[in-house]
Amino acid sequence: MTNGAPPLLEVRRASKRFVKRLDAAAKLGNLFGAGMHEEVVHAVDRVDVAIAPGEVVGLVGESGCGKSTLGRMTVGLLPLTEGERFWRGTSLAALDPAAARAQQLKMQMIFQDPYASLNPRMRVVDIIGEAPVVHGLIGRSQQKDYVAMQMNRVGLDSTLMRRFAHQFSGGQRARIGIARALAVKPEFLVCDESVAALDVSIQAQVLNLFGELREALNLTYLFISHDLGVVAHVSDRVLIMYLGRVVESGPTDAIFASPNHPYTRALLAEAGKVEPKKRTFIPIKGEIPSPLDPPSGCHFHPRCAYAMPKCREAAPALVEIATGRRSACYLNDTTVQ
Amino acid sequence: MSSPLLRVEGLRTHFFTKAGAVKAVDDVSFEVGRGEVLGLVGESGSGKSMTGYSIMGLIDPPGRVVEGTITLDGRDLTRLPAEELRKLRGNRIAMIFQDPMMTLNPVLRIDVQMIETILAHERVARSTALERSRAALVKVGIPSPDERLVAYPHQFSGGMRQRVAIAIALLNNPDLIIADEPTTALDVTIQGQILFEMQKLTRETGAAMIWITHDLSVVAGLADRVCVMYAGKIVEEGTTYEVLARPLHPYTQGLLDSVPSRGVRGVPLAQIPGMTPSLLKLPPGCAFRERCARASSECRVDPRMEEPDGAGHGVRCFHPLLVATA
Repeated sequence: MTNGAPPLLEVRRASKRFVKRLDAAAKLGNLFGAGMHEEVVHAVDRVDVAIAPGEVVGLVGESGCGKSTLGRMTVGLLPLTEGERFWRGTSLAALDPAAARAQQLKMQMIFQDPYASLNPRMRVVDIIGEAPVVHGLIGRSQQKDYVAMQMNRVGLDSTLMRRFAHQFSGGQRARIGIARALAVKPEFLVCDESVAALDVSIQAQVLNLFGELREALNLTYLFISHDLGVVAHVSDRVLIMYLGRVVESGPTDAIFASPNHPYTRALLAEAGKVEPKKRTFIPIKGEIPSPLDPPSGCHFHPRCAYAMPKCREAAPALVEIATGRRSACYLNDTTVQ
Repeated sequence: MSSPLLRVEGLRTHFFTKAGAVKAVDDVSFEVGRGEVLGLVGESGSGKSMTGYSIMGLIDPPGRVVEGTITLDGRDLTRLPAEELRKLRGNRIAMIFQDPMMTLNPVLRIDVQMIETILAHERVARSTALERSRAALVKVGIPSPDERLVAYPHQFSGGMRQRVAIAIALLNNPDLIIADEPTTALDVTIQGQILFEMQKLTRETGAAMIWITHDLSVVAGLADRVCVMYAGKIVEEGTTYEVLARPLHPYTQGLLDSVPSRGVRGVPLAQIPGMTPSLLKLPPGCAFRERCARASSECRVDPRMEEPDGAGHGVRCFHPLLVATA
């Protein structure tokens, strides 16, 4: 993955901080000694992601871990507080606006909620066909034929293109979202929980569609999900995030066969398996801490069974533990020596 | 065999809308024994939640339980006057809902809500009720219960809120707990904690539980027996092991094959074609036949629940997957 050709998309040391500024009342209060502070959420904290052409990278984590923020940052929907994005080895920050606009078409996003992400007042023909016309990929007169082709490709009946989004079922709406993203001929797709809202049988259909499209159009995916089964099914490589940091990364099979980080281990132990066997649930202790006030050092240490004093002091670095595998845990230092 | 705690027989709950009658629950029968965990599995619109609501007597117009009996401990709940039913609800039968933010009153402190639940059913002193509320919070694993009692729901995280909802459900030591997707809104690690608590509590208190979910993996680890619902009907029932390891109904098999996992990475999932039919205009016969590879002309007649190999593993299908080889 690292040898030869540069990755299709790379973000280096990307951070995102959301700051809640003080309003006038709070500033006034501070004059009288109320002691209000600006609240800072470290949504994403110095994360590196490199995605090779044709690769599917899964991004896993629980709510509030920053996986959606990271997804939006990679695709360019959110500016980076720190760090840089590279497309095939060239920095995206250096591009002039026109080039950046053309470049942006190569990256598209498919959103979680097939209800909220489609404009309820637009017909499907416009939902799918607006962007390619605006960006000059097709002329307005070709729009109908083009949309019909896009709809057929994702398994939708193109005679329904005059309908509105609410006239479709959840699974069909997910397909509309996919067709809209693909209409501008992207090379890279970020799928943010794109199948989470669907029933299992419909989810299977949409996952299969992702697989077919990947083959047919040579697509590269960043697949964000909290569902380990889904991620294990679609991804070549997996990144596990916890409170804004990547704690482990590596090939899917290797991580699922022998997870290294205590958090990954706990996550996999809890992940549902359809095994017809009664099991005793052994939970990880504690809550997911607030990203407003994350624990010191390794963010996982208050819940970790192996926590040592130094875990509280400084965060362990994400280091290579085997070829292509990285983990951020002090336990690896002791076992290696 | 002693009589089961709850027996539902031929339950039909229909919603009478302008467009026609929606048969949300259509001829559902099952039993739950004391201390047993029954998993009620199905996709959205399969009628699993409405079955739970029917038992609780929570069906609002235009919906109505049109047929069938729900017998709890020898008493038919469908014939009970509203006042009698109210005495059972929250007392002998308790329900835990999917979204704990919606079930807790946002403007009342936790202690107020808990004490209210006890006093609604029993004449005890407020101090006794408070003490019992505190004990219930401890039981579901809430740290520092004294501080938590005087907090408001918005001060709790999602997992903690669901624990509070569970604690409230347990306050009056119910015989039956109906849990409607209580872990769906929660993260995996928090779901694990809640499942752990529920498992412990049913074991300790001996309460029976109906666990309504779309997640087969949760049922696999938790339930003793499983009913699979499709379009308002139970299409397969049996012990969790039998149903998941040797499914008889093509729909159950389809559901199991649809679950993605590492074992079949990159390989297309075996998908069920088509989509869930609208309950408004269900054609007669097996509701699954349009999506079923094994369907024949026979399937235009509604199949009955049968046990092809005896042993309590029932299926509503003319062409079950495994025929008894005894």
